[in-house]
Amino acid sequence: MRKMDREKKKLRFDGGLQKDEKLIVNLRNNPNYQIWRRLCRNKISVVCMVVLVVMILAAIFADFIRPKEMVYAQNAMEACLRPSWDHPFGTDCFGRDLFTRVLYGSRISFMVGFTVTIISTVIGSVLGGLVAYYGGTFEEIVMRITDMFMAIPEQLLAICVVASFGANAVSMIVALSIAVIPVRTRLMRSTVLSIIDAEYVEAARACGMSDFKIIVTEIMPNAIGPTIINCTQGLASIILTASSLSYLGVGIQPPTPEWGAIISEAKEFLRLAPYYCILPGVVMVIMSLSFNLLGDGLRDAMDPRLKD
Amino acid sequence: MIRYVGKRILMMIPVLIGVALIIYLIMAMMPGDPAVRILGNDAGPDALAAMRERLGLDKPFMSRFLTYMGNLFIKLDFGNSWRTNQSVWKDLAPRIVVSLKLALISMCFAILIGVPFGVYSAVKQYSFGDNLLRVFSTILVAVPTFWFAMLLILLFALTLHWLPSGGTSNWTGYILPMITCGGPTGCSLLRMTRSTMLEEIRQDYVRTARAKGVPNQKVIYKHALRNALLPVISLIGSGFSFIIGGSVISESVFSIAGVGSLIILSINTIDVPTVTAGVIVVAFFYAVVMLIVDLTYAFIDPRIRAKYTRKV
Repeated sequence: MRKMDREKKKLRFDGGLQKDEKLIVNLRNNPNYQIWRRLCRNKISVVCMVVLVVMILAAIFADFIRPKEMVYAQNAMEACLRPSWDHPFGTDCFGRDLFTRVLYGSRISFMVGFTVTIISTVIGSVLGGLVAYYGGTFEEIVMRITDMFMAIPEQLLAICVVASFGANAVSMIVALSIAVIPVRTRLMRSTVLSIIDAEYVEAARACGMSDFKIIVTEIMPNAIGPTIINCTQGLASIILTASSLSYLGVGIQPPTPEWGAIISEAKEFLRLAPYYCILPGVVMVIMSLSFNLLGDGLRDAMDPRLKD
Repeated sequence: MIRYVGKRILMMIPVLIGVALIIYLIMAMMPGDPAVRILGNDAGPDALAAMRERLGLDKPFMSRFLTYMGNLFIKLDFGNSWRTNQSVWKDLAPRIVVSLKLALISMCFAILIGVPFGVYSAVKQYSFGDNLLRVFSTILVAVPTFWFAMLLILLFALTLHWLPSGGTSNWTGYILPMITCGGPTGCSLLRMTRSTMLEEIRQDYVRTARAKGVPNQKVIYKHALRNALLPVISLIGSGFSFIIGGSVISESVFSIAGVGSLIILSINTIDVPTVTAGVIVVAFFYAVVMLIVDLTYAFIDPRIRAKYTRKV
């Protein structure tokens, strides 16, 4: 009798589902899975994801596509050739294969973009979260400092830092991180402020949870959404800013292949070899367009109400 | 209202001092001895010591900064350039006019493109024109500024020969830089106007106005647009930051003698006082634009106005 009761209870609790069926139900109810499903239903987002995955894989496995020696190998006989089967993007003024240089350039761009995003998001989010949670004088001080940094146009701030620390990849990453951190801090602060009075936070506090645990288990998972969207959309602008620094000659220096530096070299040959300038730019546009559209898709998937 | 304006202007001062401090600090962290930079490697130790004393390098950082700010406030003196050995202000002043002109016409261009086309796009949602504008604006926002500038040169200067590829000897020289700086900003304004406008024209008050028999044009331009413009105005402020960044690039692409190209030239010749001065000047104008944007916002939004006009 007792055993039957227990069986019955169990049956009522999980609706008599088998183990793997239960897993599927759990998965369907998982909000992250639902976001993923909605994202995959958006055709544009899927195309952007595929494009970005291909570009990132190409950047990682560049050595298997074109040997590294081709990046710097000069050949005066083949200077400024038009695009052909051997040289899909043509060759530059030193006879180097442009496709190889753009391919290896994407490595630097993605590395700078992702590193800056990770650094600025971690520092900015932690700072913004703490500021919103504790408030008081600490908040005032941090927010006034971010005000000051945000009063300097992003690109100029980055230019100054690079000028002072030297033109190389590390100082470019530092410069762009410094420029982006205030944006992330503000975003995180406003998101946390909007959920700090929610009932589940109050409930956690009433249960006697420590501040640290509340921040990590209750607030962060609920506040991370806008930051993820901002990161995806911001990645493209970070990469574009990085290459515009190189274009201006204050970023990564030639002969290192960097998209901005390549286009800067092409400036002199605009009339003679227009493809030299156009093709690397097209790659940049595809990359940044994909990040922007993916960010839009992610926003719609995370909050379907925002969609127009 | 006057109280609000006063408060905003007073709030600007500490931010500007902070900006100057940040820039001064970053530039002071530059490795190497400034005295050697100015006098060259073969200068004698006495000359170097004298130069260090003249630059105030023997004093602590804060006292140097305070002297700098004092000179700046009282005499508008940014110090002497390390490159030309003349007053930085003399080099900077004519360039400020050029850069300001470029920034302002770019801003006007962006607004003139963004707002009307955004309204059109929202009112005629999913029409051919709307789709075309959406595709066009999405792409243009993603285009790198320097590449866009070069494409414009390639098309309008080298192929069609309609416009000069650089210089500002006459007004036609400003057209391509204006499109370069203002185009992408205009497109983000367009997207913003479209989405806020779409939200507004579905509101109840718009339906009420229509039901009352208010003509369609009036409903859109007088009722919906006024409310839709609020977020757009705050975007104009951040758009100006983009225009300043873009103007640095377009000044160097189109070889215009503005503040941006001076900053780049000074960085390449390691001329610290000029870089510091240039960035401080740009940050000052940025702050002024943000102030104007905030005041416009307050002027249009009756909620902010009411908060400050109420008699205590």
